[in-house]
Amino acid sequence: MSKGRVWKYGDDVNTDVIYAGKYTYQLFEPAEMAKKSLEDLDPSFAKNVKPGDVIVAGRNFGCGSSREQAAACLRYAGVQAIVAKSFSRIYFRNAINLGLAVLPSPDAPDALQNGEEIEIDFAGGRILSAGRVFTFFPLPESVMDIVQAGGLLEWTKKKLATP
Amino acid sequence: MAQTFSEKILSRKAGRPVRAGEVITAVPDLYLSHDNSSAIIGEFKKLGLARVKAPEKIIIVLDHIVPASDERYAQNHKTIREFVRAQGIPNFFDIQHGVCHQVFSEAGFALPGKVILGSDSHTTTYGAYGAFSAGIGRTEMASIWATDEIWLRVPETLRIEFRGEFPAGVSAKDAILKVIGDNGADRANYEAVEFAGPSASKFSLASRMVLSNMAAEMGAKNGYFEPDDLTLEWLKARARADFEIVRSDPGAAYEAVLQYDLSALEPQIACPHTVDNVKPVREVEGRPFHQALIGTCTNGRLEDLEVAARILKGRKIHPNIRLLILPASRAVYVEAMKRGLLEILSEAGAVILNPGCGPCLGAHEGLLAPGEVVVGTSNRNFKGRMGGRDSEIYLASPATVAASALEGRITDPRKYL
Repeated sequence: MSKGRVWKYGDDVNTDVIYAGKYTYQLFEPAEMAKKSLEDLDPSFAKNVKPGDVIVAGRNFGCGSSREQAAACLRYAGVQAIVAKSFSRIYFRNAINLGLAVLPSPDAPDALQNGEEIEIDFAGGRILSAGRVFTFFPLPESVMDIVQAGGLLEWTKKKLATP
Repeated sequence: MAQTFSEKILSRKAGRPVRAGEVITAVPDLYLSHDNSSAIIGEFKKLGLARVKAPEKIIIVLDHIVPASDERYAQNHKTIREFVRAQGIPNFFDIQHGVCHQVFSEAGFALPGKVILGSDSHTTTYGAYGAFSAGIGRTEMASIWATDEIWLRVPETLRIEFRGEFPAGVSAKDAILKVIGDNGADRANYEAVEFAGPSASKFSLASRMVLSNMAAEMGAKNGYFEPDDLTLEWLKARARADFEIVRSDPGAAYEAVLQYDLSALEPQIACPHTVDNVKPVREVEGRPFHQALIGTCTNGRLEDLEVAARILKGRKIHPNIRLLILPASRAVYVEAMKRGLLEILSEAGAVILNPGCGPCLGAHEGLLAPGEVVVGTSNRNFKGRMGGRDSEIYLASPATVAASALEGRITDPRKYL
Protein backbone atom coordinates (compact mmCIF):
# COMPACT_ATOMS: atom_id res chain seq x y z
CA MET A 1 0.00 0.00 0.00
CA SER A 2 1.23 3.42 -0.87
CA LYS A 3 -0.44 6.73 -0.01
CA GLY A 4 -0.63 9.81 -2.19
CA ARG A 5 -2.59 12.95 -2.98
CA VAL A 6 -4.62 13.32 -6.19
CA TRP A 7 -3.94 15.89 -8.92
CA LYS A 8 -6.91 15.58 -11.25
CA TYR A 9 -6.97 16.50 -14.96
CA GLY A 10 -9.10 15.77 -18.03
CA ASP A 11 -8.79 13.93 -21.36
CA ASP A 12 -5.97 14.17 -23.93
CA VAL A 13 -3.27 15.60 -21.67
CA ASN A 14 -0.55 15.85 -24.31
CA THR A 15 3.23 15.69 -24.05
CA ASP A 16 3.58 19.39 -24.90
CA VAL A 17 1.68 20.49 -21.80
CA ILE A 18 3.43 17.85 -19.66
CA TYR A 19 6.88 18.95 -20.81
CA ALA A 20 7.19 21.72 -23.39
CA GLY A 21 9.21 21.05 -26.54
CA LYS A 22 11.31 24.19 -25.97
CA TYR A 23 12.99 22.56 -22.95
CA THR A 24 13.78 19.20 -24.50
CA TYR A 25 17.30 20.13 -25.60
CA GLN A 26 17.90 22.74 -22.89
CA LEU A 27 17.40 21.13 -19.52
CA PHE A 28 19.03 17.91 -18.40
CA GLU A 29 19.08 18.22 -14.58
CA PRO A 30 16.25 16.25 -12.93
CA ALA A 31 15.43 19.05 -10.48
CA GLU A 32 15.24 21.61 -13.28
CA MET A 33 13.08 19.30 -15.42
CA ALA A 34 10.73 18.67 -12.48
CA LYS A 35 10.12 22.42 -12.13
CA LYS A 36 8.77 22.58 -15.69
CA SER A 37 6.38 19.64 -15.39
CA LEU A 38 2.78 20.40 -16.39
CA GLU A 39 3.77 24.04 -16.81
CA ASP A 40 1.21 24.79 -19.54
CA LEU A 41 -1.61 22.80 -17.93
CA ASP A 42 -1.39 23.68 -14.23
CA PRO A 43 1.26 26.20 -13.12
CA SER A 44 0.52 25.38 -9.46
CA PHE A 45 1.52 21.73 -9.89
CA ALA A 46 5.31 21.97 -9.89
CA LYS A 47 5.31 24.35 -6.91
CA ASN A 48 3.11 22.19 -4.71
CA VAL A 49 3.63 18.57 -5.77
CA LYS A 50 4.92 16.28 -3.01
CA PRO A 51 6.68 12.94 -3.26
CA GLY A 52 4.11 10.16 -3.60
CA ASP A 53 1.43 12.29 -5.27
CA VAL A 54 -0.71 10.71 -7.97
CA ILE A 55 -1.96 12.18 -11.25
CA VAL A 56 -5.49 11.16 -12.19
CA ALA A 57 -6.71 11.85 -15.73
CA GLY A 58 -9.13 10.84 -18.47
CA ARG A 59 -8.56 9.30 -21.87
CA ASN A 60 -5.40 9.25 -24.00
CA PHE A 61 -2.95 10.55 -21.40
CA GLY A 62 0.44 11.41 -22.93
CA CYS A 63 -0.68 11.74 -26.53
CA GLY A 64 1.60 13.53 -29.00
CA SER A 65 5.36 13.45 -29.17
CA SER A 66 7.45 10.43 -28.19
CA ARG A 67 9.73 12.55 -25.98
CA GLU A 68 10.80 10.53 -22.97
CA GLN A 69 11.20 13.70 -20.90
CA ALA A 70 7.40 13.92 -20.52
CA ALA A 71 7.53 10.81 -18.37
CA ALA A 72 10.86 11.58 -16.73
CA CYS A 73 9.88 15.07 -15.46
CA LEU A 74 6.90 13.70 -13.51
CA ARG A 75 9.01 11.03 -11.89
CA TYR A 76 11.61 13.65 -10.97
CA ALA A 77 8.77 15.72 -9.47
CA GLY A 78 8.00 12.81 -7.15
CA VAL A 79 4.83 11.50 -8.79
CA GLN A 80 4.48 7.83 -7.89
CA ALA A 81 1.78 6.88 -10.38
CA ILE A 82 -0.60 8.10 -13.05
CA VAL A 83 -4.13 6.70 -13.03
CA ALA A 84 -6.00 7.34 -16.29
CA LYS A 85 -8.80 5.88 -18.37
CA SER A 86 -6.25 5.26 -21.14
CA PHE A 87 -2.70 6.12 -22.16
CA SER A 88 -1.12 6.74 -25.52
CA ARG A 89 0.94 3.66 -26.37
CA ILE A 90 4.34 5.33 -26.55
CA TYR A 91 3.79 7.25 -23.31
CA PHE A 92 2.71 4.09 -21.51
CA ARG A 93 5.92 2.28 -22.49
CA ASN A 94 8.17 5.31 -21.92
CA ALA A 95 6.71 5.84 -18.43
CA ILE A 96 7.33 2.29 -17.31
CA ASN A 97 10.76 2.12 -18.89
CA LEU A 98 11.67 5.32 -17.04
CA GLY A 99 10.33 4.11 -13.71
CA LEU A 100 6.88 5.73 -13.52
CA ALA A 101 3.81 3.55 -12.73
CA VAL A 102 0.92 4.00 -15.19
CA LEU A 103 -2.39 2.47 -14.13
CA PRO A 104 -5.31 2.21 -16.57
CA SER A 105 -8.62 2.31 -14.69
CA PRO A 106 -12.11 2.62 -16.15
CA ASP A 107 -13.88 3.99 -13.07
CA ALA A 108 -11.41 5.69 -10.72
CA PRO A 109 -10.75 8.82 -12.82
CA ASP A 110 -14.38 10.00 -12.74
CA ALA A 111 -14.88 9.24 -9.07
CA LEU A 112 -11.67 10.56 -7.50
CA GLN A 113 -11.55 14.19 -6.39
CA ASN A 114 -8.76 16.68 -6.76
CA GLY A 115 -6.67 16.87 -3.59
CA GLU A 116 -8.03 13.76 -1.90
CA GLU A 117 -5.76 11.23 -0.29
CA ILE A 118 -5.77 7.75 -1.82
CA GLU A 119 -3.99 4.47 -1.26
CA ILE A 120 -2.69 2.32 -4.11
CA ASP A 121 -2.38 -1.43 -3.81
CA PHE A 122 -0.03 -2.06 -6.73
CA ALA A 123 0.01 -5.82 -6.46
CA GLY A 124 -3.75 -6.15 -5.98
CA GLY A 125 -4.75 -3.65 -8.66
CA ARG A 126 -6.85 -1.59 -6.22
CA ILE A 127 -7.20 2.06 -5.33
CA LEU A 128 -8.75 2.81 -1.92
CA SER A 129 -10.31 6.11 -1.03
CA ALA A 130 -12.71 7.06 1.74
CA GLY A 131 -14.12 3.57 1.98
CA ARG A 132 -14.49 3.12 -1.79
CA VAL A 133 -12.50 0.66 -3.89
CA PHE A 134 -11.59 1.09 -7.56
CA THR A 135 -9.75 -1.36 -9.75
CA PHE A 136 -7.03 -1.03 -12.36
CA PHE A 137 -5.24 -3.56 -14.53
CA PRO A 138 -2.40 -4.34 -12.15
CA LEU A 139 1.04 -4.13 -13.64
CA PRO A 140 2.43 -7.62 -13.20
CA GLU A 141 5.27 -8.14 -10.83
CA SER A 142 7.81 -8.22 -13.64
CA VAL A 143 6.78 -4.76 -14.88
CA MET A 144 6.45 -3.32 -11.36
CA ASP A 145 10.01 -4.53 -10.85
CA ILE A 146 11.07 -2.25 -13.74
CA VAL A 147 9.23 0.70 -12.22
CA GLN A 148 10.67 0.07 -8.77
CA ALA A 149 14.21 -0.35 -10.11
CA GLY A 150 13.93 3.19 -11.49
CA GLY A 151 13.50 2.18 -15.12
CA LEU A 152 14.49 -0.39 -17.70
CA LEU A 153 18.24 0.22 -17.88
CA GLU A 154 18.59 0.11 -14.09
CA TRP A 155 16.40 -2.98 -13.95
CA THR A 156 18.44 -4.68 -16.63
CA LYS A 157 21.69 -3.86 -14.81
CA LYS A 158 20.27 -5.35 -11.62
CA LYS A 159 19.05 -8.41 -13.42
CA LEU A 160 22.39 -8.98 -15.10
CA ALA A 161 24.18 -8.67 -11.77
CA THR A 162 22.03 -11.43 -10.26
CA PRO A 163 23.38 -14.86 -11.11
CA MET B 1 -11.97 -18.98 -24.50
CA ALA B 2 -12.05 -17.56 -28.05
CA GLN B 3 -8.95 -15.45 -28.66
CA THR B 4 -7.78 -12.88 -31.16
CA PHE B 5 -4.56 -13.43 -33.08
CA SER B 6 -2.65 -11.19 -30.66
CA GLU B 7 -4.07 -12.83 -27.53
CA LYS B 8 -3.22 -16.26 -28.91
CA ILE B 9 0.33 -15.51 -29.93
CA LEU B 10 1.10 -13.74 -26.65
CA SER B 11 -0.54 -16.57 -24.67
CA ARG B 12 2.01 -18.91 -26.24
CA LYS B 13 4.81 -16.58 -25.27
CA ALA B 14 3.48 -16.19 -21.72
CA GLY B 15 2.85 -19.92 -21.30
CA ARG B 16 -0.70 -19.27 -20.05
CA PRO B 17 -3.94 -17.95 -21.56
CA VAL B 18 -3.93 -14.15 -21.59
CA ARG B 19 -6.54 -11.57 -22.50
CA ALA B 20 -6.32 -8.01 -23.82
CA GLY B 21 -5.08 -5.54 -21.23
CA GLU B 22 -2.67 -7.87 -19.45
CA VAL B 23 1.06 -7.37 -19.51
CA ILE B 24 3.38 -10.28 -20.17
CA THR B 25 7.08 -10.93 -20.44
CA ALA B 26 8.01 -12.43 -23.81
CA VAL B 27 11.10 -13.81 -25.46
CA PRO B 28 10.92 -12.28 -28.96
CA ASP B 29 11.73 -14.37 -32.04
CA LEU B 30 13.66 -11.66 -33.88
CA TYR B 31 14.66 -8.05 -33.39
CA LEU B 32 15.38 -5.46 -36.06
CA SER B 33 17.30 -2.22 -35.94
CA HIS B 34 18.79 0.07 -38.59
CA ASP B 35 21.11 3.09 -38.57
CA ASN B 36 19.92 3.76 -35.01
CA SER B 37 21.87 0.64 -33.98
CA SER B 38 24.72 2.96 -33.04
CA ALA B 39 22.50 4.75 -30.48
CA ILE B 40 21.41 1.33 -29.20
CA ILE B 41 25.05 0.27 -28.96
CA GLY B 42 25.61 3.35 -26.77
CA GLU B 43 22.79 2.33 -24.40
CA PHE B 44 23.92 -1.30 -24.45
CA LYS B 45 27.42 -0.28 -23.39
CA LYS B 46 25.99 1.47 -20.31
CA LEU B 47 24.91 -1.96 -19.12
CA GLY B 48 28.54 -3.03 -18.86
CA LEU B 49 28.06 -6.28 -20.76
CA ALA B 50 30.65 -7.77 -23.06
CA ARG B 51 28.27 -9.78 -25.27
CA VAL B 52 24.71 -9.54 -26.56
CA LYS B 53 22.63 -12.46 -25.39
CA ALA B 54 21.34 -13.84 -28.70
CA PRO B 55 23.31 -12.49 -31.69
CA GLU B 56 21.43 -14.78 -34.07
CA LYS B 57 18.17 -12.93 -33.33
CA ILE B 58 19.54 -9.50 -34.19
CA ILE B 59 18.87 -8.25 -37.71
CA ILE B 60 20.57 -4.99 -38.64
CA VAL B 61 19.87 -3.24 -41.95
CA LEU B 62 21.59 0.03 -42.85
CA ASP B 63 18.99 2.00 -44.80
CA HIS B 64 18.36 5.45 -43.37
CA ILE B 65 21.33 7.45 -44.62
CA VAL B 66 22.85 5.23 -47.31
CA PRO B 67 25.46 5.75 -48.60
CA ALA B 68 26.59 7.96 -45.73
CA SER B 69 26.03 11.60 -46.65
CA ASP B 70 28.62 13.07 -44.29
CA GLU B 71 31.38 12.15 -41.88
CA ARG B 72 29.05 11.85 -38.88
CA TYR B 73 26.84 9.28 -40.61
CA ALA B 74 29.89 7.48 -41.95
CA GLN B 75 31.20 7.12 -38.39
CA ASN B 76 27.77 5.89 -37.34
CA HIS B 77 27.90 3.10 -39.93
CA LYS B 78 31.48 2.26 -39.02
CA THR B 79 30.56 1.88 -35.34
CA ILE B 80 27.78 -0.51 -36.31
CA ARG B 81 29.97 -2.60 -38.64
CA GLU B 82 32.62 -2.97 -35.96
CA PHE B 83 30.03 -3.99 -33.37
CA VAL B 84 28.50 -6.53 -35.78
CA ARG B 85 31.92 -8.12 -36.33
CA ALA B 86 32.89 -8.07 -32.66
CA GLN B 87 29.60 -9.64 -31.55
CA GLY B 88 29.37 -12.16 -34.37
CA ILE B 89 25.94 -10.94 -35.51
CA PRO B 90 25.25 -13.12 -38.56
CA ASN B 91 22.41 -11.15 -40.16
CA PHE B 92 23.82 -7.78 -41.10
CA PHE B 93 22.70 -6.04 -44.29
CA ASP B 94 25.00 -3.24 -45.34
CA ILE B 95 24.04 -0.19 -47.42
CA GLN B 96 23.42 -1.96 -50.73
CA HIS B 97 20.29 -3.92 -49.74
CA GLY B 98 17.45 -1.44 -49.31
CA VAL B 99 14.81 -0.39 -46.76
CA CYS B 100 14.88 -2.58 -43.66
CA HIS B 101 11.24 -3.69 -43.84
CA GLN B 102 11.51 -4.80 -47.45
CA VAL B 103 14.90 -6.46 -46.95
CA PHE B 104 13.70 -8.24 -43.79
CA SER B 105 10.69 -9.61 -45.69
CA GLU B 106 12.58 -10.64 -48.83
CA ALA B 107 15.20 -12.41 -46.73
CA GLY B 108 12.50 -14.63 -45.23
CA PHE B 109 12.51 -13.33 -41.64
CA ALA B 110 8.92 -12.04 -41.74
CA LEU B 111 7.11 -15.25 -40.82
CA PRO B 112 3.61 -16.14 -39.62
CA GLY B 113 3.19 -16.47 -35.87
CA LYS B 114 6.50 -14.86 -34.92
CA VAL B 115 6.94 -12.07 -32.40
CA ILE B 116 9.18 -9.47 -34.06
CA LEU B 117 10.23 -6.18 -32.49
CA GLY B 118 11.98 -3.35 -34.26
CA SER B 119 13.35 0.01 -33.22
CA ASP B 120 11.43 1.56 -36.10
CA SER B 121 7.80 2.61 -35.92
CA HIS B 122 6.93 0.90 -39.20
CA THR B 123 7.92 -2.53 -37.91
CA THR B 124 4.17 -3.19 -38.11
CA THR B 125 4.83 -4.08 -41.79
CA TYR B 126 5.43 -7.81 -41.13
CA GLY B 127 1.82 -8.20 -40.07
CA ALA B 128 1.30 -8.60 -43.83
CA TYR B 129 2.83 -12.08 -43.36
CA GLY B 130 0.87 -12.93 -40.22
CA ALA B 131 3.57 -11.96 -37.73
CA PHE B 132 3.05 -10.05 -34.48
CA SER B 133 5.46 -7.19 -35.13
CA ALA B 134 5.69 -3.88 -33.32
CA GLY B 135 7.92 -0.84 -33.02
CA ILE B 136 9.75 -0.14 -29.75
CA GLY B 137 12.19 2.44 -28.35
CA ARG B 138 15.97 2.42 -28.44
CA THR B 139 16.40 1.93 -24.70
CA GLU B 140 14.13 -1.09 -24.92
CA MET B 141 16.15 -2.53 -27.78
CA ALA B 142 19.38 -2.22 -25.79
CA SER B 143 17.71 -4.14 -22.98
CA ILE B 144 16.51 -6.85 -25.39
CA TRP B 145 20.04 -7.25 -26.75
CA ALA B 146 21.15 -7.82 -23.16
CA THR B 147 18.34 -10.05 -21.89
CA ASP B 148 16.43 -11.50 -24.89
CA GLU B 149 13.23 -10.43 -23.13
CA ILE B 150 10.67 -7.64 -23.30
CA TRP B 151 7.44 -6.76 -21.53
CA LEU B 152 4.40 -6.44 -23.80
CA ARG B 153 0.86 -5.35 -23.15
CA VAL B 154 -1.67 -7.65 -24.81
CA PRO B 155 -3.55 -5.30 -27.16
CA GLU B 156 -7.26 -5.08 -27.84
CA THR B 157 -8.05 -5.65 -31.51
CA LEU B 158 -9.71 -3.44 -34.10
CA ARG B 159 -10.92 -5.50 -37.06
CA ILE B 160 -11.20 -3.82 -40.45
CA GLU B 161 -13.13 -5.77 -43.08
CA PHE B 162 -12.87 -5.13 -46.79
CA ARG B 163 -15.29 -6.31 -49.43
CA GLY B 164 -15.64 -5.57 -53.16
CA GLU B 165 -12.95 -4.93 -55.76
CA PHE B 166 -10.83 -1.85 -56.42
CA PRO B 167 -12.07 0.25 -59.35
CA ALA B 168 -9.37 1.06 -61.96
CA GLY B 169 -6.84 3.59 -60.68
CA VAL B 170 -7.52 2.81 -57.00
CA SER B 171 -5.17 0.73 -54.83
CA ALA B 172 -4.17 -0.34 -51.33
CA LYS B 173 -2.75 3.09 -50.48
CA ASP B 174 -6.11 4.70 -51.19
CA ALA B 175 -7.81 2.15 -48.94
CA ILE B 176 -5.57 2.74 -45.93
CA LEU B 177 -5.63 6.53 -46.38
CA LYS B 178 -9.43 6.38 -46.43
CA VAL B 179 -9.48 4.29 -43.23
CA ILE B 180 -7.08 6.66 -41.42
CA GLY B 181 -8.93 9.75 -42.65
CA ASP B 182 -12.30 8.41 -41.52
CA ASN B 183 -11.17 7.22 -38.12
CA GLY B 184 -8.29 9.46 -37.04
CA ALA B 185 -4.59 9.05 -36.39
CA ASP B 186 -5.16 7.70 -32.86
CA ARG B 187 -8.08 5.41 -33.60
CA ALA B 188 -6.05 2.26 -33.04
CA ASN B 189 -3.85 3.56 -30.22
CA TYR B 190 -2.20 0.61 -28.46
CA GLU B 191 -4.45 -1.77 -30.37
CA ALA B 192 -3.81 -4.55 -32.78
CA VAL B 193 -5.37 -4.06 -36.19
CA GLU B 194 -6.63 -7.08 -38.08
CA PHE B 195 -7.24 -6.60 -41.81
CA ALA B 196 -9.90 -9.08 -42.89
CA GLY B 197 -13.08 -9.58 -44.87
CA PRO B 198 -13.65 -11.30 -48.21
CA SER B 199 -11.31 -8.95 -50.11
CA ALA B 200 -8.32 -9.18 -47.76
CA SER B 201 -7.07 -12.33 -49.45
CA LYS B 202 -7.27 -10.60 -52.83
CA PHE B 203 -4.64 -8.06 -51.85
CA SER B 204 -1.18 -8.89 -53.21
CA LEU B 205 1.49 -9.32 -50.53
CA ALA B 206 2.99 -5.99 -51.62
CA SER B 207 -0.40 -4.35 -51.09
CA ARG B 208 -0.84 -6.02 -47.70
CA MET B 209 2.50 -4.49 -46.71
CA VAL B 210 1.11 -1.03 -47.54
CA LEU B 211 -1.77 -1.49 -45.10
CA SER B 212 0.30 -3.13 -42.34
CA ASN B 213 2.97 -0.44 -42.72
CA MET B 214 0.48 2.39 -42.36
CA ALA B 215 -1.36 0.78 -39.44
CA ALA B 216 1.37 2.56 -37.46
CA GLU B 217 -0.17 5.85 -38.59
CA MET B 218 -3.36 4.95 -36.69
CA GLY B 219 -1.34 4.39 -33.51
CA ALA B 220 -1.51 0.61 -33.89
CA LYS B 221 0.88 -1.85 -32.30
CA ASN B 222 0.57 -4.27 -35.20
CA GLY B 223 -1.36 -4.74 -38.46
CA TYR B 224 -2.18 -8.36 -39.15
CA PHE B 225 -3.36 -10.26 -42.23
CA GLU B 226 -4.23 -13.93 -41.94
CA PRO B 227 -1.68 -15.92 -43.96
CA ASP B 228 -3.07 -17.74 -47.00
CA ASP B 229 -1.83 -19.61 -50.09
CA LEU B 230 -0.22 -16.46 -51.43
CA THR B 231 1.77 -16.09 -48.21
CA LEU B 232 2.84 -19.72 -48.20
CA GLU B 233 3.88 -19.59 -51.85
CA TRP B 234 6.06 -16.53 -51.15
CA LEU B 235 7.62 -18.20 -48.11
CA LYS B 236 8.34 -21.51 -49.86
CA ALA B 237 11.77 -20.49 -51.10
CA ARG B 238 12.46 -17.89 -48.44
CA ALA B 239 11.42 -18.89 -44.91
CA ARG B 240 14.45 -18.80 -42.60
CA ALA B 241 12.83 -20.90 -39.89
CA ASP B 242 9.93 -23.21 -39.19
CA PHE B 243 6.71 -21.37 -38.50
CA GLU B 244 3.15 -21.97 -37.53
CA ILE B 245 0.17 -19.96 -38.75
CA VAL B 246 -1.74 -18.33 -35.91
CA ARG B 247 -5.29 -17.16 -36.59
CA SER B 248 -7.99 -15.42 -34.57
CA ASP B 249 -10.66 -17.78 -33.25
CA PRO B 250 -14.22 -17.43 -34.50
CA GLY B 251 -16.06 -15.51 -31.80
CA ALA B 252 -12.96 -13.67 -30.57
CA ALA B 253 -13.72 -10.34 -28.89
CA TYR B 254 -12.99 -7.24 -30.99
CA GLU B 255 -12.97 -3.68 -29.71
CA ALA B 256 -14.84 -2.77 -32.91
CA VAL B 257 -15.34 -3.97 -36.47
CA LEU B 258 -15.17 -1.47 -39.33
CA GLN B 259 -16.52 -2.24 -42.81
CA TYR B 260 -15.25 -0.89 -46.11
CA ASP B 261 -16.48 -1.50 -49.66
CA LEU B 262 -13.48 -1.16 -51.98
CA SER B 263 -15.66 -0.77 -55.06
CA ALA B 264 -16.93 2.55 -53.67
CA LEU B 265 -13.40 3.97 -53.21
CA GLU B 266 -11.81 6.73 -55.22
CA PRO B 267 -8.19 7.97 -55.15
CA GLN B 268 -7.32 9.54 -51.76
CA ILE B 269 -4.68 12.01 -50.65
CA ALA B 270 -3.44 12.98 -47.16
CA CYS B 271 -2.95 16.74 -47.05
CA PRO B 272 -0.51 18.64 -44.82
CA HIS B 273 0.28 18.25 -41.91
CA THR B 274 -1.33 15.10 -40.49
CA VAL B 275 -1.86 11.66 -41.99
CA ASP B 276 -5.56 11.75 -41.11
CA ASN B 277 -6.18 14.97 -43.08
CA VAL B 278 -7.43 12.87 -46.00
CA LYS B 279 -9.50 14.03 -48.98
CA PRO B 280 -10.50 12.55 -52.32
CA VAL B 281 -7.81 13.56 -54.86
CA ARG B 282 -10.42 15.38 -56.98
CA GLU B 283 -10.95 17.90 -54.17
CA VAL B 284 -7.36 19.13 -54.35
CA GLU B 285 -6.85 18.51 -58.06
CA GLY B 286 -4.90 21.25 -59.83
CA ARG B 287 -2.79 22.21 -56.82
CA PRO B 288 0.79 22.93 -57.98
CA PHE B 289 3.83 21.31 -56.36
CA HIS B 290 7.59 20.94 -56.85
CA GLN B 291 8.75 17.40 -56.21
CA ALA B 292 7.24 13.94 -56.64
CA LEU B 293 8.47 10.82 -54.82
CA ILE B 294 7.58 7.22 -55.65
CA GLY B 295 9.06 4.60 -53.34
CA THR B 296 9.91 4.04 -49.61
CA CYS B 297 8.90 1.16 -47.33
CA THR B 298 5.27 2.03 -48.04
CA ASN B 299 5.16 2.01 -51.86
CA GLY B 300 8.53 1.12 -53.36
CA ARG B 301 7.73 -2.36 -54.63
CA LEU B 302 7.44 -3.76 -58.12
CA GLU B 303 3.67 -3.25 -58.45
CA ASP B 304 4.16 0.40 -57.48
CA LEU B 305 6.88 1.01 -60.07
CA GLU B 306 4.81 -0.89 -62.63
CA VAL B 307 1.79 1.37 -62.31
CA ALA B 308 4.02 4.46 -62.43
CA ALA B 309 5.69 3.14 -65.60
CA ARG B 310 2.30 2.37 -67.14
CA ILE B 311 1.28 6.01 -66.70
CA LEU B 312 4.64 7.53 -67.70
CA LYS B 313 5.55 5.25 -70.62
CA GLY B 314 6.41 7.27 -73.73
CA ARG B 315 5.66 10.54 -71.92
CA LYS B 316 7.72 13.23 -70.18
CA ILE B 317 7.06 14.56 -66.70
CA HIS B 318 6.15 18.26 -66.40
CA PRO B 319 9.21 20.52 -66.71
CA ASN B 320 8.51 22.19 -63.33
CA ILE B 321 8.56 18.85 -61.47
CA ARG B 322 11.42 16.75 -60.10
CA LEU B 323 10.44 13.09 -59.85
CA LEU B 324 12.42 10.82 -57.51
CA ILE B 325 12.10 7.05 -57.76
CA LEU B 326 13.17 5.09 -54.69
CA PRO B 327 12.93 1.30 -55.10
CA ALA B 328 12.41 -0.38 -51.73
CA SER B 329 15.24 -2.88 -52.19
CA ARG B 330 18.01 -4.01 -54.46
CA ALA B 331 15.89 -7.02 -55.46
CA VAL B 332 13.10 -4.67 -56.54
CA TYR B 333 15.64 -2.46 -58.33
CA VAL B 334 17.13 -5.37 -60.28
CA GLU B 335 13.75 -6.79 -61.26
CA ALA B 336 12.48 -3.34 -62.31
CA MET B 337 15.62 -2.98 -64.41
CA LYS B 338 15.10 -6.39 -66.09
CA ARG B 339 11.50 -5.53 -66.89
CA GLY B 340 12.48 -2.19 -68.41
CA LEU B 341 10.60 -0.15 -65.82
CA LEU B 342 13.61 1.89 -64.76
CA GLU B 343 14.31 2.70 -68.40
CA ILE B 344 10.74 3.94 -68.91
CA LEU B 345 10.86 6.04 -65.75
CA SER B 346 14.29 7.45 -66.49
CA GLU B 347 13.31 8.37 -70.04
CA ALA B 348 10.23 10.12 -68.64
CA GLY B 349 12.59 12.33 -66.66
CA ALA B 350 12.77 10.62 -63.27
CA VAL B 351 15.84 10.47 -61.05
CA ILE B 352 16.39 6.86 -59.96
CA LEU B 353 17.80 6.80 -56.40
CA ASN B 354 19.54 3.89 -54.73
CA PRO B 355 17.30 1.63 -52.60
CA GLY B 356 16.92 2.95 -49.05
CA CYS B 357 14.85 5.44 -47.06
CA GLY B 358 15.99 8.34 -49.22
CA PRO B 359 14.49 11.75 -48.40
CA CYS B 360 11.45 10.35 -46.50
CA LEU B 361 12.87 11.02 -43.04
CA GLY B 362 14.35 14.34 -44.03
CA ALA B 363 18.07 13.68 -43.82
CA HIS B 364 19.38 13.49 -47.41
CA GLU B 365 18.74 12.75 -51.10
CA GLY B 366 16.16 15.28 -52.22
CA LEU B 367 15.11 17.56 -49.35
CA LEU B 368 12.72 20.46 -49.77
CA ALA B 369 13.49 24.16 -49.67
CA PRO B 370 11.28 26.33 -47.44
CA GLY B 371 7.85 26.71 -49.01
CA GLU B 372 8.26 23.77 -51.40
CA VAL B 373 5.64 21.05 -51.77
CA VAL B 374 6.16 17.32 -52.32
CA VAL B 375 3.58 14.79 -53.44
CA GLY B 376 4.85 11.36 -52.47
CA THR B 377 3.99 7.77 -51.68
CA SER B 378 5.60 7.72 -48.22
CA ASN B 379 3.74 7.36 -44.92
CA ARG B 380 4.20 10.56 -42.89
CA ASN B 381 3.48 14.19 -43.67
CA PHE B 382 4.33 15.89 -40.38
CA LYS B 383 5.32 19.52 -40.77
CA GLY B 384 8.87 19.98 -41.99
CA ARG B 385 9.64 16.24 -42.04
CA MET B 386 11.25 16.26 -45.49
CA GLY B 387 13.19 19.50 -45.27
CA GLY B 388 12.29 23.18 -44.87
CA ARG B 389 10.08 23.95 -41.90
CA ASP B 390 7.34 25.45 -44.04
CA SER B 391 7.49 22.77 -46.71
CA GLU B 392 4.41 20.66 -47.30
CA ILE B 393 3.93 16.94 -47.87
CA TYR B 394 0.98 15.26 -49.60
CA LEU B 395 0.67 11.46 -49.39
CA ALA B 396 -0.97 9.43 -52.14
CA SER B 397 -0.79 6.26 -54.24
CA PRO B 398 1.93 5.65 -56.85
CA ALA B 399 -0.68 6.16 -59.59
CA THR B 400 -1.72 9.55 -58.23
CA VAL B 401 1.90 10.65 -57.83
CA ALA B 402 2.84 9.54 -61.35
CA ALA B 403 -0.16 11.24 -62.95
CA SER B 404 0.53 14.39 -60.92
CA ALA B 405 4.21 14.43 -62.00
CA LEU B 406 3.05 14.25 -65.60
CA GLU B 407 0.70 17.22 -65.33
CA GLY B 408 2.71 19.28 -62.85
CA ARG B 409 -0.36 19.59 -60.64
CA ILE B 410 -2.14 17.20 -58.32
CA THR B 411 -4.05 14.92 -60.66
CA ASP B 412 -6.64 12.15 -60.34
CA PRO B 413 -4.92 9.18 -62.03
CA ARG B 414 -8.06 7.46 -63.26
CA LYS B 415 -7.93 9.11 -66.67
CA TYR B 416 -4.59 7.39 -67.31
CA LEU B 417 -5.63 3.90 -66.18
